[in-house]
Amino acid sequence: MSKEPVAVVGIGQTEHVAARRDVSLAGLVREAAQRALEDAELHWADIDAVVIGKAPDFFEGVMMPELYLADALGAVGKPMLRVHTAGSVGGSTALVAADLVAARVHRTVLTLAFEKQSESNAMWGLSLPIPFQQPLLAGAGGFFAPHVRAYMRRTGAPDTVGSLVAYKDRRNALKNPYAHLHEADITLEKVQSSPMLWDPIRYSETCPSSDGACAMILTDRTGAARTPHPPAWVHGGAMRSEPTLFAGKDFVSPQAGKDCAADVYRQAGITDPRRQIDAVEMYVPFSWYEPMWLENLGFAQEGEGWKLTEAGVTELDGDLPVNPSGGVLSTNPIGASGMIRFAEAALQVRGQAGEHQVEGARRALGHAYGGGSQFFAMWLVGAEAPAG
Amino acid sequence: MPEPARVPAREPVRDAARDVAIVAFGQSEHVRDSAETSEVEMLMPVLHDVLAQTGLRARDIDFTCSGSSDYLAGRAFSFTMALDGVGAWPPIAESHVEMDGAWALYEAWVKILTGEAETALVYAYGKSSPGDVREVLTRQLDPYYVAPLWPDSVALAALQARALIDAGLADAREPAGTAARRRGGPARPPGEYVVAPLRTGDCPPVVDGAAAVVLAAGDTARRLTGRPAWIRGLDHRIEAHGLGVRDLTDSPSTRLAAERAGAFERPPDTVELHAPFSSQEVVLRRALRLDGPQSAHVRINPSGGALAANPVMAAGLIRLGEAAARIQRGESDRALAHATSGPCLQQNLVAVLEGDPRPGTGGQHKEGQ
Repeated sequence: MSKEPVAVVGIGQTEHVAARRDVSLAGLVREAAQRALEDAELHWADIDAVVIGKAPDFFEGVMMPELYLADALGAVGKPMLRVHTAGSVGGSTALVAADLVAARVHRTVLTLAFEKQSESNAMWGLSLPIPFQQPLLAGAGGFFAPHVRAYMRRTGAPDTVGSLVAYKDRRNALKNPYAHLHEADITLEKVQSSPMLWDPIRYSETCPSSDGACAMILTDRTGAARTPHPPAWVHGGAMRSEPTLFAGKDFVSPQAGKDCAADVYRQAGITDPRRQIDAVEMYVPFSWYEPMWLENLGFAQEGEGWKLTEAGVTELDGDLPVNPSGGVLSTNPIGASGMIRFAEAALQVRGQAGEHQVEGARRALGHAYGGGSQFFAMWLVGAEAPAG
Repeated sequence: MPEPARVPAREPVRDAARDVAIVAFGQSEHVRDSAETSEVEMLMPVLHDVLAQTGLRARDIDFTCSGSSDYLAGRAFSFTMALDGVGAWPPIAESHVEMDGAWALYEAWVKILTGEAETALVYAYGKSSPGDVREVLTRQLDPYYVAPLWPDSVALAALQARALIDAGLADAREPAGTAARRRGGPARPPGEYVVAPLRTGDCPPVVDGAAAVVLAAGDTARRLTGRPAWIRGLDHRIEAHGLGVRDLTDSPSTRLAAERAGAFERPPDTVELHAPFSSQEVVLRRALRLDGPQSAHVRINPSGGALAANPVMAAGLIRLGEAAARIQRGESDRALAHATSGPCLQQNLVAVLEGDPRPGTGGQHKEGQ
């Protein structure tokens, strides 16, 4: 039995900022959903099902908020699902929605992910005391910094590589009107002299804490044939998980990430990702994760990822642009960050990325990860409908 | 504004290109307080149980999906602990919903329908004992206008029970009678009022527990178990959140999900309803047309239902598992299973399960026609 091809025909984002005090949670998600509907030139009544995702409910203090958001997302009388797979959730949510279309359960699905981090303190929300466990960590940076240090030691990468990533992503964000951080006066020197937060991660090499939402409309061939703008077609999608801690776990390049990418490439017929993929939106919450994921995703040999970054390959005008949108380093409503990666990849192959458009992008990868480098979600989208 | 010409929605998935069945079900003992047991420790024996029933090992499972809530566990990303119990190495294709496990089963069913998986492991767990679950569930409510008032889950269910009494659809003592029957014993005294008109006998026990199910497609299902419980239809629907805009005596989302799942095409012989409060069973029986003479022989909640054990986040999955287990044991040929979520039955899921025709009985369509 062949799957129904899935097309992205509508994309909507809010402007991502530190605090959206002007809207409620319902107002925030509706803004993104409405924009996705307008992009697809569809109405609420055209939506058959709604799939939403977000990171821990503690961030907003609302348990299972899909119940409260059913009205705002036009879901009354429809099926509504709520996905939660840690930081990868924005990607996983899109994949769950895509499966509803691929399995021919529904024709047109609204998928949306959000976070309104100004409602709480996300760093401490992620650091809740657990009985009988040592309180060792302060936020995600405290968890990931030692693994960055391990990467540097393993590969001999020079200390400056992280700052190059941050400098690039923050400049790319200046071309993206939806990005949270617009640092017009950014310089490499400013990044390199910013305060050290979690050695070796500096303040300017760290993601912000944002309020924002991202929505997409997914549909089948019939829906895609009627859509006014070019769709992005899903050529492959996969999720992989592995335990948080176990003997032999490679935190620098987790097996689950490699397996997930291999599955997506197999589905999409990708044999040489570096050559066949035109743009990558990868989940880089701390600058050094760009070279680390370049290796994990097969764009570089092990130990060589930092060389691509250093040589400018991942710049907007390089031959493998990474995070043309500015990435998670410039915008991070946690639960939505994965879906923004997926949506930005789709915008690239639709030719609708505006000032941060990669010229002639035909295939793009969206990538998300979460937990202790253990949950992965990816999709590969293309300008052409998948073969077969 | 003129409505544009619409692309019609798909017809419900019925007699899909591939058949999917529940082939194993297991659950923990549901206990009042499992302070000595972590979520992983509660879950592990259940996972081992369902795998042993099918002879599958963890690495034979193509897709894994779970349901649980951080708000019960009191920590962010609480489901990551459970993953250790699954043994996700080598890495597995896995997902999680912050919903009752019945919706995790739905996601896994869709994954099998895409053709990407032949088998799926679904599990759910909830420990209510570390907190006050009545208080915790108030955090599900509209955070601006309702949650600040902290109306608890029993108080909201009592509003629904009162609406039923006012509408003449239940008398003040009827729900308690239902409750005693569900627990399998003779009619017991209805107990003290918790929130009038609901008495202790109308309210679910607060327990900790876990459950798991294995799904499989077509011939794989036939190979793994003698009598698979085929999922003939599966659908879920949500209603408005504001209680003031809903008719609490009715459950249109249950009715619609049941229609989409094909529940009304033939009556079931067994029904498992997820009605945490006895008054909610009245609402569900009406929505599912279980009160008429054609339903006189339908067994409702032979498992005891959620009034006997209601481990939050797992209780809905348990309804599907209990219905499937009866089919597997040959005690049912066509069962309807229901799961609910949210205040006063806001969100509802309906599954229609069937066993293969049994030799010598003339097939599963004989009874109840």
